[in-house]
Amino acid sequence: MINKVPLLQIKNLKKYYRVTAGLIPRPLGEIKAVDGVSLDIIEGEVLGLVGESGCGKSTLGKAILRLEEPTSGQISFQGTDVLSLNKWDLRTLRGKIQIVFQDPDSSLDPRMPVGDSIGEALIVHGVSGAGERGRRVARLMEKVGLEAGFAERYPHEFSGGQRQRIGIARALAMDPRLIIADEPVSALDVSVQAQVLNLMMDIKDEDGLAYMFVSHDLAVVKYIADRVAVMYMGQIVELADKEELFLNPLHPYTEALLSAVAGLRRGGGSRILLSGDMPSPLKPPAGCRFHTRCHRVMEICRAAEPAFREVVPGHYAACHLYP
Amino acid sequence: MKTWFYTRRGIVKAVNGVDFDLRQGECLCLVGESGCGKSVTALSLLRLFDSPPGKIVSGKVMFAGIDLTNCPLEQIRRVRGKDIAMVFQNAQSALNPVFTIGDQIMEQINAHGRHSRADARRKARLLLEEMNIPQAENALNMYPHQMSGGMKQRAMIAMGLSCDPAMLIADEPTTAVDVTIRAQIMYILQELKTRRSMSIIFITHDLSLVREIGDRAAVIYGGRVVEIAPVETILSNPAHPYTRGLIACLPDISTDLKRLPSIPGNTPNPIDLPEGCTFHPRCRDVMDVCRSTEPALVNIASVHKVACHLYDNAGAFIA
Repeated sequence: MINKVPLLQIKNLKKYYRVTAGLIPRPLGEIKAVDGVSLDIIEGEVLGLVGESGCGKSTLGKAILRLEEPTSGQISFQGTDVLSLNKWDLRTLRGKIQIVFQDPDSSLDPRMPVGDSIGEALIVHGVSGAGERGRRVARLMEKVGLEAGFAERYPHEFSGGQRQRIGIARALAMDPRLIIADEPVSALDVSVQAQVLNLMMDIKDEDGLAYMFVSHDLAVVKYIADRVAVMYMGQIVELADKEELFLNPLHPYTEALLSAVAGLRRGGGSRILLSGDMPSPLKPPAGCRFHTRCHRVMEICRAAEPAFREVVPGHYAACHLYP
Repeated sequence: MKTWFYTRRGIVKAVNGVDFDLRQGECLCLVGESGCGKSVTALSLLRLFDSPPGKIVSGKVMFAGIDLTNCPLEQIRRVRGKDIAMVFQNAQSALNPVFTIGDQIMEQINAHGRHSRADARRKARLLLEEMNIPQAENALNMYPHQMSGGMKQRAMIAMGLSCDPAMLIADEPTTAVDVTIRAQIMYILQELKTRRSMSIIFITHDLSLVREIGDRAAVIYGGRVVEIAPVETILSNPAHPYTRGLIACLPDISTDLKRLPSIPGNTPNPIDLPEGCTFHPRCRDVMDVCRSTEPALVNIASVHKVACHLYDNAGAFIA
């Protein structure tokens, strides 16, 4: 049973980027990559964060760790206000929240043996003594299904799936409570993807950690997540338990996403084709940001932005269909 | 057909015995994971790889009575684009950033025939309209960087269609785009198949797309076709252990699983392919014979072929 204490609380988080053009920078406007996101992650749960590329899901993940400094809002982790931490306390916090990136190729130093890459966090966080570090690295490597003897090898000697395991081992080094996994299996072959997903589930069950699992692949999210948040143009448009969301999607965008995923074992059903692409984030549409592509658009959607509210207990959506 | 690349580190047997045929109006899917040789197969059909180091060491590609593997270069140039068009995975790098989309499509149109500028432009606009690109007249004047990923990919398809080819090779056309855009592109390809009765070779690693568009599918592993059958048969009744594994390990949106089945190990290195059956180090049903002898592609049903020692030469299941 999941303990209902929020591990991480995000309130009205915003991350804006100023965009300029020209030799003498002339402001073009602001990109609202994350625009007022509020979320909780409960101890030991997997929150899936779904959206198309450019919707702000990766920025949100990075903003939680202050790898991207948020413009405004609140983040609290185990009761600590993350945004007011100084450099040193932030470092301690980053031991407890770790991130795994999509591309293990570019997140591992090609000239560093993988054992050192994994052990680097231990040095930063003050685990002294090469002997002790070596033992912990060996334990971590075994935990992710790699032979401890591979610690002296370099990243290029491993396959993509193995490199992603190394990325996970590195994230586990400081016994984190929360791992932000940013598209961790998108770059992997399907046959290897299943291995890594299973590994992540095993580690979660063993250590009772929580994941924020960022992905564009709904099938993968359905497999791993407990709750799912759907993001569109910097905002959360729907949030619910996994079963509820997949069975009974409320927001037309979620409906369209679900129908775009062709189930392998599902017969043809009618498919909702979204017209066009995501609008430019520099000029988000007025009213509901989704109204330009929505198949159920109404008059009010063009004028007023819908509030994010609880439509059914535990099931939130931001859409005028549910006033 | 076999296409090998002779490199300093050894011979890369990228394509190591691929056999299939494609009928008029049919969509054949080549399915496989990265490095299995599916893209090199497609490039080999039109001899679109660098040679050296690449070489088609054996086999034939027969298209309308011509063997494309050893016809003169002039002849294959006439086939490329005019009879067989190709759409690549990454539209971003396949389009020229310094020319407008219109210019690039018109260049294609004129490559295999003479048209006046107005004529070519009108034809280009019709093609973009067929691709459901809004305000096609406007889009002709756009540069690739002004278009979204989905629009670029559709412009690429329009370019491929500019000479009314009989056959289209689509190499992972939806890999770099979002699910919603992917649905749009799949819709366009399906339309092409029904309206123009075009033959399509669709290359993908995603089995769920195969169900949507394919008539038949060939599963490729280690440079060889390990199974080929109608799509329904492959998905509902896969015969090769690799195909079964691939289908099982795909998370599916309509089922609930506590744990995903997975295939142990990694895809093989094409420089150093395993002896015997290339899949044997990862195979659940491995037998002694698999380690030493390469299985032949045999018929297990009239339209279902598989290369696996679990089936004897007559196609009967033995193990």
